[in-house]
Amino acid sequence: MSIRGVEINVHGLGYRYSTRGNPTFTNLQLQSRRGEALAIIGRSGCGKSTLLHIIAGLNRPTEGVIEFDGKKVDGPSSRWVMMFQAPHLYPWMKVSQNVGVGLKFARWPEKEKAERVNEALRLVELQDYADVSVQDLSGGQQQRVALARSLVMEPELLLLDEPFSALDAFTRASLQRDVRSIAKKLGFNLIIVTHDIDEAILMADRALIMAGAPGKIVTEFEVPLPDPRQRQDKDVQAMRSRLMDAFHSAAGKPTGADAHGEEESETDSDSVTQHA
Amino acid sequence: MSSNATSGAAIAAAGVTGGSAGARAARAASRGTLNFVVGLAILAVLWGIGGYFIAANPKTAGFAGFGLLPTLQAFPELWNLGKLQAATYASGYRLGAGMLVAVAVGVPIGILMGRVAWFRKLTDSPFQFLRMISPLSWMPITVLVFSAWDDSIIFLVAFASVWPVMYQTAAGLAKVDPAWFKVARNLGASPLQMLTQIILPAISFDIFTGIRLALGVAWVVLVPAELLGVTSGLGYAIKDARETLSYDHLTAMVLTIGIIGYFLDTICAMLIKRFSWHRGDL
Repeated sequence: MSIRGVEINVHGLGYRYSTRGNPTFTNLQLQSRRGEALAIIGRSGCGKSTLLHIIAGLNRPTEGVIEFDGKKVDGPSSRWVMMFQAPHLYPWMKVSQNVGVGLKFARWPEKEKAERVNEALRLVELQDYADVSVQDLSGGQQQRVALARSLVMEPELLLLDEPFSALDAFTRASLQRDVRSIAKKLGFNLIIVTHDIDEAILMADRALIMAGAPGKIVTEFEVPLPDPRQRQDKDVQAMRSRLMDAFHSAAGKPTGADAHGEEESETDSDSVTQHA
Repeated sequence: MSSNATSGAAIAAAGVTGGSAGARAARAASRGTLNFVVGLAILAVLWGIGGYFIAANPKTAGFAGFGLLPTLQAFPELWNLGKLQAATYASGYRLGAGMLVAVAVGVPIGILMGRVAWFRKLTDSPFQFLRMISPLSWMPITVLVFSAWDDSIIFLVAFASVWPVMYQTAAGLAKVDPAWFKVARNLGASPLQMLTQIILPAISFDIFTGIRLALGVAWVVLVPAELLGVTSGLGYAIKDARETLSYDHLTAMVLTIGIIGYFLDTICAMLIKRFSWHRGDL
């Protein structure tokens, strides 16, 4: 499995949910290099998930253009696949059927489809679970199936909308490491929307901070750290401090929370989380 | 990443869980069979006692044919005369055709109601209004509209049974996780693939539940409809037996209606179980 990433260009993007409502964001600009892992960090309500849905072609922008390799994006495609907060697997299908559902939609021959599915299951280390019902899997395993379902399409871009926020810390750490290493190995682009600063540092080559109403990209950071990245690495910790400072100066410090001293609740969707 | 040892342990654990679940299912099945046999035996005993008292009393002895034994003895006689097969075939045809129309109309409209909010709002009042009209009250109109009695009865069966199919389908779709559609669109599903590979499997449980409910309603409507004008079917056979004072034949036909209804309901329950992906709901 070898995948080529895309160059992403977003020009003057704007979106509003209703014609009379306030815009979620206006005149938003964004570029991403081929094969780059990009994180978008911001508080809930700043429009980062909406932006991701628009890039995926699942929502239409009110204004502006999105281009992949110079070609305008005007709808969903199996070349750019999205992973959601929950795995949203189809419970009447087995693991292998869930993974191969996109290939079935594309009418792949059974033999080739089975080969691709097995390869994707091997990548996420679920090859022993091909014939198991997805209802028998843990949350982490289900999210791995969702990852395999995305990878099997050999996407040029994988969009992740806080995909690990519902998982326990160990599973989340393992998936963050695995998704980045698979993306780098296969060469596709990643765009990760998260409110978890650590997730951005561990997974991204570059982090964008989105804030305000209407939302805009207020600052960006290169994350030039070597792989594999560990939470306890000094470089990672230093980057976390820089990113937290930048975030709070750009987006405002959350009331009653200590930006550096305390670990904020992960269930509080209005906060940006750091894992000490 | 987790090692394969973890996978093996999980599969082994699943095997153990599966074994105990299998034993539980076997125990539940044998309990179900016992309940079935004992329940029917109680009914038969009560019927037998009632039949004995009717036959023993000179004032009611003329109705002794309603008893259990005369009824059971009537079955081979009706079979040899070909009446049982003819009546069952005629009623079965009307029921099958009516149900087919109900499913063909009810499922697509139910899907539209579940998926399209404006259609659901627009159709709510007229459907609730029509649903409340007793199907048999349409009989005089259907006789005028349709040239054949069979068609009239098929219409009545379809009209009675379309509502459970339609509303159960719509309710099933309303419960479906909207993200399933988003994921399917994201993976390139065409509208037809969305229907056949996501929507229908997702709501098959609800569709078959609707069909099961509809079958009960259809069966209840079919027999009185056959009492009114046709010269075939189980309803007509009951009327004919009453007019010829063949009470044993009458009760045998009533018993046949019960047996067929129970058989059809069991098939529906099996289909629901077969197509259900819900855990622990049956």
